[in-house]
Amino acid sequence: MIWSLLVAFGVFFILTNGLPPALVYAERKLAAGIQNRVGPNRVGPYGLLQPIADAIKLLFKEDVTPRGADKFLFSIAPILSFVPAALAFAIIPFGNYAGEVRLQVADLNVGILFATAIISLGAYGIAFGGWASNSKFPLLAAVRSSAQLISYEVVMALALVAMIMTYGTVRTEVMVLAQAVPLAETGPFAYLPAWGVFQQPIAFVLFVICCFAENNRAPFDMPECEAELVGGYHTEYSSMKFALFFQGEYIAMTTMSALIVTIFLGGWHFPGMDVADHSVGMGILTILVFMAKLLGVLFFYIWVRWTLPRFRYDQVMRLCWKGCIPIALVNIAITGIIGVLYS
Amino acid sequence: MADDYREPVSTGLAPAAALPYAEFGDRAISLEPGVGGRTMVLNFGPQHPATHGTLRVVLELDGEIVRRCDPEIGFLHTGFEKLGEFRTLNQFITVTDRMNYMSAMNNNVGFAIACEEMLELEIPERAQLIRVIMCELGRIADHILCVGLQAMDLGAFSVMLWSFIEREKLYDIFEMTSGGRLTTSYGRVGGLAFDLPDDVVPRIRDFLEKVPAVIDEIEKMLIGNRIFRDRTIGVGVLPREAAISHGVTGPMLRATGVARDLRRDRPYSGYETFDFEVPVRNDGDCFARFEIRLAEMREAVSISLQAIERLRPGPFNALDHKVTLPDKDDVYTKMESLIHHFMLTMPGHGPEVPKGEFYSATESPNGELGWLIVSDGTAIPYRVRVRPPSYYNYSSIAVMVEGGLISDLVAVLSSLNIIAGELDR
Repeated sequence: MIWSLLVAFGVFFILTNGLPPALVYAERKLAAGIQNRVGPNRVGPYGLLQPIADAIKLLFKEDVTPRGADKFLFSIAPILSFVPAALAFAIIPFGNYAGEVRLQVADLNVGILFATAIISLGAYGIAFGGWASNSKFPLLAAVRSSAQLISYEVVMALALVAMIMTYGTVRTEVMVLAQAVPLAETGPFAYLPAWGVFQQPIAFVLFVICCFAENNRAPFDMPECEAELVGGYHTEYSSMKFALFFQGEYIAMTTMSALIVTIFLGGWHFPGMDVADHSVGMGILTILVFMAKLLGVLFFYIWVRWTLPRFRYDQVMRLCWKGCIPIALVNIAITGIIGVLYS
Repeated sequence: MADDYREPVSTGLAPAAALPYAEFGDRAISLEPGVGGRTMVLNFGPQHPATHGTLRVVLELDGEIVRRCDPEIGFLHTGFEKLGEFRTLNQFITVTDRMNYMSAMNNNVGFAIACEEMLELEIPERAQLIRVIMCELGRIADHILCVGLQAMDLGAFSVMLWSFIEREKLYDIFEMTSGGRLTTSYGRVGGLAFDLPDDVVPRIRDFLEKVPAVIDEIEKMLIGNRIFRDRTIGVGVLPREAAISHGVTGPMLRATGVARDLRRDRPYSGYETFDFEVPVRNDGDCFARFEIRLAEMREAVSISLQAIERLRPGPFNALDHKVTLPDKDDVYTKMESLIHHFMLTMPGHGPEVPKGEFYSATESPNGELGWLIVSDGTAIPYRVRVRPPSYYNYSSIAVMVEGGLISDLVAVLSSLNIIAGELDR
């Protein structure tokens, strides 16, 4: 039992704390590739140590608190944006059994609801950070982000409702198992696995849009759009407080990608695998499959960021309330009708 | 715009002196309730990533809506015009570089042309063709960067770096031609500083053949992009009448439907012999300005190619050695040339300049670049006044921004292509 926990926490720690620096490096290299540049190549072989150099640099920077700032909220905001993102990762099953060890930190019976509840706490980090800075640009960013995050959480929840109706469960482990079957008994679809993306393509698109919006990633990076609001909510932050915001953003990105993989891309499942095989080798293989899918989604995140222009604030809200929410509601209705007809 | 709004709102609650006011310039913005509650004054710049230079826009915000916009200049004041009163005409060429560092070639040539019109000089054809090539390359360098920055300010960062790569190639060409990348100082009164080196011509031709593909790529990336269209179409609309009354020129004026291009309407350097279109759009919004710049780059490529075809060996300076320096070999061997050289270079001497006021304008990438030279008959002008396109274009910003959102201000600022150096002079 203790081994089970240790292994699970080990992988969890690597995914939440080891992946972000690697992700920063990957993002910079990929962006460089898209922009016909070389990217970081000075620190270490192929610039691999660049994230570490950045972290050390930030560690030794002066930690400035602006005059008139609310010191308590100013300090707690980075933590608030960092912790929930990492916590939500706990419910992600990042592999099948490896021997006796279950590759998931916590198999909660409220599962996905826990994730949505915890992730929405991240909005407080940005709102507090922007408000407590006692500065105008962060304040505007905080207002924008509060409105944006709350709006897109509605869409996210509605997209999830359709998925919960499809799988009949909120437990992430069971969701993955529900996807580990063929899409149809016979016909051309028999070769496809019953992954969420094939069962609910509309919910998938909506959920991906929400993930971008929840993470404040381009094209939804309203709260930190550099050209308008300087640095957005973290304009006044420096040193490790800034680093925590930065880290938190990348962890949130990882967590969201993991949610996409778990709910829509079959989690650790790959076509042709034997779900009942609980050997250690199979366990490691499922982790690798999960990682591959996760990196694929993260690549998509980065690709979009360096390709698309940014929305305007009112356009983001219009897209949410006039575009996504009606579609999500219709999607739920259709899911319900199909569910009744075929049950 | 809404003039009634500018009246301070009297609440009758507190004496005016006790009300919170933000002072700037000769106007004071009331922080008292505007439309829908209290407004906030936001200093946009002078240190802001979207200002691309040093300028300040003071905004009165109602939520995110810009109720009032006050553009301010003076943060990069360098006294360029004053320097003109202590420099001979040729010495002033180096100052013109620094006014618009994005298209220094156009400024060099523009000032040289103004001086030549004042001195009534004939310029040999080769010099004119080289000037045309360099001006059009400068136009591409300016527009491609502006288009890239416009994309960057709207969030499409990659496009900016693609355009930067092309600009680097152009700067390589400028360096091979004049020795300078940014500040070229290539024009001279009566011609050019040096002849165009032979090995540059294939390089220019190569660049001109490849750059349309990059322009196409930028166009493909953005023109059809729904987000980009939403951010620019109908945003920052400059009505035609407002554009004319503010003295807006160049791509910004042509985006409002006025086909005014000095290269066609008041030809210089033999532009009348070239075959080119003046692109015009009618909407006057950020998208129209973006399209105009793309179209003008294509025209510039075509003009440069035509000029390269016509390029023949010949003198690159006017042969009137009362104005242009004689050949160095002649200075060493011929009495006449030595005297000319002495007269042109020694303080207190110089070319014979007629007395009076002279105005001349050329079409720089941003619009009409005019030079008013007041001469008292000596080699050093009494006064040099510049009509920089950016200054007039920037003055119209309030018309475009008021009533929009902060994000629109960013879109508008980048579509103006303000060069702070020529804004403040």
